[in-house]
Amino acid sequence: MTKKTIVRVTDVTKDFDLGKIVVEVLKGIDLEIETGKYVSIMGPSGSGKSTLFNMIGGLDKPTTGKVFIDEVDIAQLDAYELAWLRCRKIGYIFQTFNLIPVMTALENVTLPMTFAGVPSETAVEKGMDLLKKVGLEGRHAHKPSELSGGQQQRVAVARALANSPSIILADEPTGNLDLKTGEEIISLLKDMSDDQGVTVISATHDYKMLNVSDQVIWIRDGRVDKVQERDELEINTGGMSS
Amino acid sequence: MARLVVLPFTKSIEIAYKSLQARFFRSLVTTLTLVLAVSFLTFSQVNINIADSLLASGDPDMCHMLMRCGYDIMPGDTSLAASPKQRWIVILSLLVCVVGIINAQLMSVTERFREIGTMKCLGALDRFIVRLFVMEATIQGLAGAVSGAIFGGVVAIISALFRFGPESLGNLPWPEIATSLATATLTGIALSLAGVLYPAVIAARMQPVEAMRVEQ
Repeated sequence: MTKKTIVRVTDVTKDFDLGKIVVEVLKGIDLEIETGKYVSIMGPSGSGKSTLFNMIGGLDKPTTGKVFIDEVDIAQLDAYELAWLRCRKIGYIFQTFNLIPVMTALENVTLPMTFAGVPSETAVEKGMDLLKKVGLEGRHAHKPSELSGGQQQRVAVARALANSPSIILADEPTGNLDLKTGEEIISLLKDMSDDQGVTVISATHDYKMLNVSDQVIWIRDGRVDKVQERDELEINTGGMSS
Repeated sequence: MARLVVLPFTKSIEIAYKSLQARFFRSLVTTLTLVLAVSFLTFSQVNINIADSLLASGDPDMCHMLMRCGYDIMPGDTSLAASPKQRWIVILSLLVCVVGIINAQLMSVTERFREIGTMKCLGALDRFIVRLFVMEATIQGLAGAVSGAIFGGVVAIISALFRFGPESLGNLPWPEIATSLATATLTGIALSLAGVLYPAVIAARMQPVEAMRVEQ
């Protein structure tokens, strides 16, 4: 089977102009992420991990270099195409869950489908199905404020999957959750990745993520420090625990 | 394949309505500004309508009463207009109202930065966000302007009852009053929309990356 690349980052740099000084956050990053992989981007705070992550998600544009999603250079897309990309190709999961507080769990899940032009009934049906998959059957009418952190993140996972995207981008998805709930969310993401062939890219400090990752990209000081495949990783994590 | 994202009209009304419902108290305060301004406008207009009809009746007693109540009537006048001072007060009150609405809507945009950013991450276009805010303002405008117009009209009629006596209510100029109410309602809706435009544009221009920021 030929390996297909879904995300390709070539020589990306990003500077932030802070008036008097220009901070170089990314200093030339080259990456290729294969379809269907569960990839973790690891790195200390301030390493440029989140910036890289935002570039991959089409939320921010690089100063130089190119980001390709499905071999499309996202710098070439206009506002409509970019919105379409965010709506159909990418599912976002945030550290702070970011559910729309005035909407119920089901409405949160169906919102991206509404944007995608899915008829209301189909959207509700799929939304209920997704909520069931993430283990929230019967909670569809609850507002985010009536759900626990873990449950909110489950709704967010269901929402990210709504338009069957090719990529799920998760920014510290377990950052605001306790150990056990975090593990549940990680295994949920892993199952979704295995079942539906979605590429999961997650920025994290959470070492629990390592166990499920197919590939770990270590970012240090604006550069790719190393890329480890799953088999190399097990030796390493074993090494750490000893 | 058409690469288009959509937000059907009915769905945007539904979202706007729910949003207002969820922030009921806040929206009520914003709407109240509008109610007060519109009722003041209606009150002064309907007052003039009533005084006009009394003058038009040609009854000398009524003319005397109008003069006693402070209206400057020259012999031969057939209609009364608002004095420049009155007009200025009404205009000022409307301006203050718009500034109040802009302030309230800017607060609401700031409060919802994350929500707006999230919607953009989910594929919302700038104009969806503008539309949602405009819808909310229209609903608020409609509710505030209609209740303000009714309230102002009722108060004007009651005040006429006390100032000009019960006989003045015998031939109220209904068509003119209705026109004044309609004009005031439309003005109210226009004010509400004028107040939301700038905040809505700010909201729409927000970058989706804002949604990723961790600090609350």
